[in-house]
Amino acid sequence: MFLADAAIDTRFASISNDLIYSAMAVFLLAFLAYACEWTFGGRSRIARQSAALAGKAGSSVADTVAEAERTAADAGKAPTVAVTVTRAGGGTTTLTRTVAAKAGSVDVVTRGDAAPPVDGVGASGGDERADRLGRIAVSLTTLAVLLDLGAVIARGISAHRPPWGNLYEFTCAMTVVAGLLFVGLLAARKNVRWMGLPLTFGALVGLGIAVTEFYTASEQLVPALHSYWLWIHVSGAMICGGALYAGGIAAVLFFVKDVHESRKAQDPAKAVGWWADVMDRLPAAATLDKWSYRINAFVFPLWTFTIIAGAIWAEAAWGHYWEWDPTETWAFITWVAYACYLHARATAGWKGRKAAVLVFIAFACYLFNAYGVSIFINGKHSYAGV
Amino acid sequence: MTTDGRTAEERTPEEQTGEKTADERAAERLSSAPVDDSELDAGSGAGGAAGIGFVGWIRWGWRQLTSMRTALILLFLLSLAAVPGSLVPQVSASPTNVAAFVTKHHTLAPIYQKLGLFHVYSSFWFSAIYILLFVSLAGCIVPRTWQFVGVLRSAPPAAPRHLVRLPVYATWRSRGADSEQTLAAAETLLRRRRFRVARSGDAITSEKGYLREVGNLLFHISLFGMLIAFAFSKLFGGMGTVVVIEGKAFSNNVSQYDDFMPSTFYTGDDLTPFGFKLDKFEASYQASGPQMGNPTMFQANVSYWLGTDPTKTKNAVVQENHPLEVDGSNVYLTAHGYAPVFQVTDAKGDVIYNGPTPCLPQDSNLSSTCAIKVNDGYVDNQGNATQIGLSGIFTPTAATDPASIRTMGPHSVFPDLADPEIYVNAYHGDLGDNSGAPQSIYELDTKHMTQYKLDGQPLTFALKPGQGFKLPSGGTVTFTSVQQWANFTVATNPGSSWALLSSMAAVLGLIGSLFVQRRRIWVRAVTAEDGTTVVELAGLARSESARIAEELAALALDLQDTAPADETAVTDEPDTVAAGTTPKE
Repeated sequence: MFLADAAIDTRFASISNDLIYSAMAVFLLAFLAYACEWTFGGRSRIARQSAALAGKAGSSVADTVAEAERTAADAGKAPTVAVTVTRAGGGTTTLTRTVAAKAGSVDVVTRGDAAPPVDGVGASGGDERADRLGRIAVSLTTLAVLLDLGAVIARGISAHRPPWGNLYEFTCAMTVVAGLLFVGLLAARKNVRWMGLPLTFGALVGLGIAVTEFYTASEQLVPALHSYWLWIHVSGAMICGGALYAGGIAAVLFFVKDVHESRKAQDPAKAVGWWADVMDRLPAAATLDKWSYRINAFVFPLWTFTIIAGAIWAEAAWGHYWEWDPTETWAFITWVAYACYLHARATAGWKGRKAAVLVFIAFACYLFNAYGVSIFINGKHSYAGV
Repeated sequence: MTTDGRTAEERTPEEQTGEKTADERAAERLSSAPVDDSELDAGSGAGGAAGIGFVGWIRWGWRQLTSMRTALILLFLLSLAAVPGSLVPQVSASPTNVAAFVTKHHTLAPIYQKLGLFHVYSSFWFSAIYILLFVSLAGCIVPRTWQFVGVLRSAPPAAPRHLVRLPVYATWRSRGADSEQTLAAAETLLRRRRFRVARSGDAITSEKGYLREVGNLLFHISLFGMLIAFAFSKLFGGMGTVVVIEGKAFSNNVSQYDDFMPSTFYTGDDLTPFGFKLDKFEASYQASGPQMGNPTMFQANVSYWLGTDPTKTKNAVVQENHPLEVDGSNVYLTAHGYAPVFQVTDAKGDVIYNGPTPCLPQDSNLSSTCAIKVNDGYVDNQGNATQIGLSGIFTPTAATDPASIRTMGPHSVFPDLADPEIYVNAYHGDLGDNSGAPQSIYELDTKHMTQYKLDGQPLTFALKPGQGFKLPSGGTVTFTSVQQWANFTVATNPGSSWALLSSMAAVLGLIGSLFVQRRRIWVRAVTAEDGTTVVELAGLARSESARIAEELAALALDLQDTAPADETAVTDEPDTVAAGTTPKE
């Protein structure tokens, strides 16, 4: 796995560099396409209002009609019972089942404070032209992520090692993770296109800083990194970083949308203008909050595992599993900050915007750990290559 | 996990008129989320505090400490308190850096010293925060464990009377099955879904997702496990470091260590007898490219023995990520450098010194500082005994560019031994190593020494291996060859497997507590006056992103096989159902 004498394949190294620049170009196009979608979608007020009304009435066409257990052909002949569920965000799902006797229908009703929040119609605002732009943006994002992924793989091939041995490679790989998460959620038919604009922006900034500030030629690793824990510990940190960025986006959008919603509830006349127009198209604050929670809660055990993997590695490399090295310390601080968020979100008086602020702090801690500590603080984790 | 703290406004008017219903109380117990009872305390605590006496105050304090709000604040403080340790040099990490900081900052250093900022993680305030946090945690976890044991031992709670009030609800009338058949079918279906099921009168009550609370408790208990393991390793573990030159041996006792860090229950007497000899140190470096000089491989080839007999040896390779495990201790390779070999003769021509001296690397190309100390035996041409000191800069590959030497002094341009050279200044006089004060082996204390001079100019030589020079006092100094040294850390970390076990349990617990959804489903079936069976389903999930509506729908669907919905019995308008117009019971 670690052939210390293996030569660097410069051909793959240069392919990797070309792919990174291509990915940046395509991310930029995708970013512009999302921006256009938001801009042109805003013009189609009437379409959006009608869509919103339709959503509120609960009479919109069911997003997904799942036919349960029997084929459609059978269902056509025999009497059926339809069970209709209203899902979060306002959509409904109807499940059908053929029965022996007469057919009726059952509604599963969600009541009171558990009632599903009504999401905005999305960036395109129901406008067809804007929607087409949005679809183009999604395709471009997918392409960019694939190019980015290709670049990371080419790096790995060129150096015969995991392609995350320094800050440049770490950052590139992290943008791949964030991108794959986004594309994966879209592929799973989750409504997350609203994340596209900030996500492509983050990928652009990340890759831009990586190539200008952190660039390191494809090289072999220092002996300290000759360990299979590099596969586990660093990739864990990287996956966490990519996902936490997505969680952070959701938290920021939740915050602004929540402010907008409460302002609108106070005085609807005040909530006008282009900002309100954008806000109205975002998913409901509750939905954004749920996304932020889901992603961050998903990452938390992984982050815990990453720290533990690091501790095991530290014991094999440095003599003790925990020595309060600056990177260890900040990993711990980040962990505690996310633990604060998870507890706060479950505690009356803390949930909502206050908990979202904790996400900002926690993510800032993560970023400081990955970049600030590597660059400014001298510790044992000095592998940044900058 | 989040819907605790529901306020009155969120309830339906119907509910507000009545007191808390049984199902709501059940719902609150169902949640595995910590409950913030600060509001409760504010009401009862503050008012009652005046007349509660000492025990009352204790109880009040305990309740404050174990409240979620306090735990949150303590958690936040813990992360805040960990920050300075990463910014201020720590004694535990590098005493040298602390010393350098103290000499550099005359005003700040004493303040930092008082605040314990040079040893943050063992300071009283850091300890106070985490101890309080753990006490608070214990105060929360212990009662919850008992409560949970109680929940497991009793049947799922009885069905609420008005299922329609529950968050997710469905109902239909059926002519296909009587109530008993319907309930039996529901029971089978729920059991197949691995719900814990119990009959309560005309209804079935079921619950699932206990692993959420199990995970929650496991995670928090594991934190205690980690704390104990950590404390154990601090009390019973220890480490020492030693520089070993190629061809030399080390045996594991305190006198052989350069630096020994014992702990409360781990002293020099606890060292297990073993030893090793550094046969050869090997390193390779990148010879070209932008990262030229970066190491690609280090390894120490050693032969080691157990016990006190150094004749029965085994060979081993120690690398940076591959320590050598000997009898419960781990031997780590932590640093390396060069040790030029010098031969010194006195004025009579007797060899009075011959051996390697480890030099301290100063940069990544291993430009190193050396101090060769000839303590005794030197007799000058006057017949007087004196001590000789050589201070040198060793460069494994000497810079040849005159311009760079002029600005940076002698330095190395590559870490490997391509063109070794040492720049030496020679001194005579008192080395000061008999004064009792500890001395660095890498530095020459020239306070009581005089530099040799030639024609008024300080005597400086650049020597390559094999070269030497004659001292004005009659002796000679010869740089014969270069050896390498390796720095080893020998560490004992008892309890680390317990730390690992606890931390793995913590991750498992986290996964359970975050991803398992705890929920209840009730099914009631009664026979109406018209002979039809009224089926009611209700679900309650108190944790985040539970798909209880979907789950209830799937159950309703499966129940159609036994009790199909009658097409005339239920209206199609969900709003009317939501408002509470249920079929007559």
